[in-house]
Amino acid sequence: MTGNPVRVHPVAEGVSVAGAMKAVFLRDVKVAFRQRQDLLNPLLFFVMVVTLFPLGVSPEVSFLREAGAGILWVAALLSVLLSLDHLFRHDFDDGTLEQLVLQPQPLFLLVLAKTLAHWMLTGLPLVILTPVLGVMMHQPGNSIGILCLTLLIGTPVLSLIGSIGAALTLGLRSAGVLLSLLIIPLYIPVLIFGTGTVAAASEGAPVGAYLALMGAFLFLALTLAPFASASALKISMSNS
Amino acid sequence: MWQFFHKLGSPKWFYGIATRLMPWLLVVGAALLLAGVVWGLAFAPKDYLQGNSYRIIFIHVPTAFLAQSVYIMMAVAAVVTLVWRMKLADVFVKAVAPVGLVLTFLALFTGAVWGKPTWGTWWIWDARLTSMLILLFLYGGVIALDRAINDEKSAARAVSVLVLVGVVNIPIIKYSVEWWNTLHQPATFKLTEKPSMPAEMWVPLLLSVLGLYFIFGWLACLRMQTEIIFREQRTRWVKDLVMAGRP
Amino acid sequence: MSEPLLKAVNLQCERDERILFRELSFSVMPGTVTRVEGPNGSGKTTLLRILAGLNDAWSGDLYWCGQPRARHRESFLRNMLYLGHRPGIKPLLTPMENLHALMAGRRPVSEAVLSRALEGTGLAGYQNVPCRNLSAGQQRRVALARLLVADEPLWLLDEVFTAIDADGVQAIEALLQQRAAEGGAVVVTTHHDLKLPGMQRIVLGGGSVNDG
Repeated sequence: MTGNPVRVHPVAEGVSVAGAMKAVFLRDVKVAFRQRQDLLNPLLFFVMVVTLFPLGVSPEVSFLREAGAGILWVAALLSVLLSLDHLFRHDFDDGTLEQLVLQPQPLFLLVLAKTLAHWMLTGLPLVILTPVLGVMMHQPGNSIGILCLTLLIGTPVLSLIGSIGAALTLGLRSAGVLLSLLIIPLYIPVLIFGTGTVAAASEGAPVGAYLALMGAFLFLALTLAPFASASALKISMSNS
Repeated sequence: MWQFFHKLGSPKWFYGIATRLMPWLLVVGAALLLAGVVWGLAFAPKDYLQGNSYRIIFIHVPTAFLAQSVYIMMAVAAVVTLVWRMKLADVFVKAVAPVGLVLTFLALFTGAVWGKPTWGTWWIWDARLTSMLILLFLYGGVIALDRAINDEKSAARAVSVLVLVGVVNIPIIKYSVEWWNTLHQPATFKLTEKPSMPAEMWVPLLLSVLGLYFIFGWLACLRMQTEIIFREQRTRWVKDLVMAGRP
Repeated sequence: MSEPLLKAVNLQCERDERILFRELSFSVMPGTVTRVEGPNGSGKTTLLRILAGLNDAWSGDLYWCGQPRARHRESFLRNMLYLGHRPGIKPLLTPMENLHALMAGRRPVSEAVLSRALEGTGLAGYQNVPCRNLSAGQQRRVALARLLVADEPLWLLDEVFTAIDADGVQAIEALLQQRAAEGGAVVVTTHHDLKLPGMQRIVLGGGSVNDG
């Protein structure tokens, strides 16, 4: 019926690592576009949190100009945090994650593909929305540019570090709150350099070195976080 | 060598060693700490700038120092847990994480008490205090994750991953907080020991740091013993031990 | 006699301070069907997850084609197919997309082959309906279609007969038997009274390994 010879196949007789990563990435994108509301939620949250500051603190132009970049960064950080709970949860519930862990390719690369899909579906839209909110927060033009640049480098770091927390808290009670507790302290350096770079730019200081440093963060997160997430996933799988 | 390593991992063996070691740790630790603190609080000379209020460093510095080293120790134990699956290493992490949290809290508290006469306010966003606050968060996360996972083995390994991720981040956090601090408030008075501290000040400080290390060793042994008894409650030797304790 | 695909020596697993099984040794030979039996909570699923490599809270030795499994993980994963309680079907995707995504990580398979497999499990006409609109049994069949395109010699199947109707059960029984005849090895856990000639049984819950 199957026509496939039953024998032990050599590992090479399968899918390449790149092919498997692409498949994981594409599936996540496809699933996300079937449930568009889930894509919209972090964006709405982002806009709402930003709106709270003029209402809750002050709509003064001087205040917003000074605090705007920080507010946008904190709001972006919180929306990424909010979306992280979904990163592995659905896959865990329907068993897709078991199949992912059992794929012959290195798990950390498959996790990297999932994390990149997560960034493209949450972090990137936040960056694209930032100029609009930047104008509403009375940010000068060049600040908005730098702000977008720092978020463009910074949001992937948030997704990557966040994937570790999502993997560690998978299947636990009140995983969402726990995830935030674990991850927020680790987000602090990115936040500091993200907002610090914008502040330095608005004072006319050169920011090349700061951006390079953020790039180094991104590189570090890209190389280390998938390993940590993959081992955390295996631990969470074993526990279920 | 391997046999020694294997033995070291055995909870029963550790229990025996700890029982013999603990009185020494406690006596030496208490003596050193007492000497250091009494010397520092009562006999060390006044600071020419801060007067007597600086004396809190004899408590603040040891707690802050130890709070950070405990996290490093936990990271070493985490590697041992993940690589060699040694039970004792994970008992250590579980036993000392709350101690680290309390030490961090004490460091923050004494820092705030010091801040009041020095800066006229309980809290300022000084680089060191802020780093300590983030360290407190890290400890909190480790404890929260450990409590949330029911299965002992999974909890041990998950916590180990988290501790390692944290320890990679600690230098980055320190560096970024210091940078942030210079960006926002350049040249304030900092909670740093002056480089030219006279011997009458640093010797008692050294004594109290050492003393606290010994006390920590004692406390770690005590808490590890409790954890071991709990985990091994169904084994023969624990039952014998408990029965032997009864009249 | 050929070499066992999977060999377990002195497996022991403890969960929640309770020993599920100890000194469990058995071999899974090519061309055989093995049934794991036992009452609820006896550790059937746990055993299967241990064999698949999802659960690592166990002690003992596992050999893949005569080599320690831990050192030949890649080869083992390439040649093992595991279907769990939760079969890895995304409710938002269609059966075709699901099957495609599942195979994409393992080996290239043409659309035509996948389509035939779906028809083979009685899902003709449902290829492009999102799985959440299908019944539980139909969703289960999507996962079973995976078996029809599988080239892995070792199958580990957890409760495959759940939510499947009588015709389906017969078809699966036939498939397992045919697979064994072709030289594959199948390990199943089931409450369904599966009886196949030459079937090996592993009885958990104070039991041992029998040949039935």
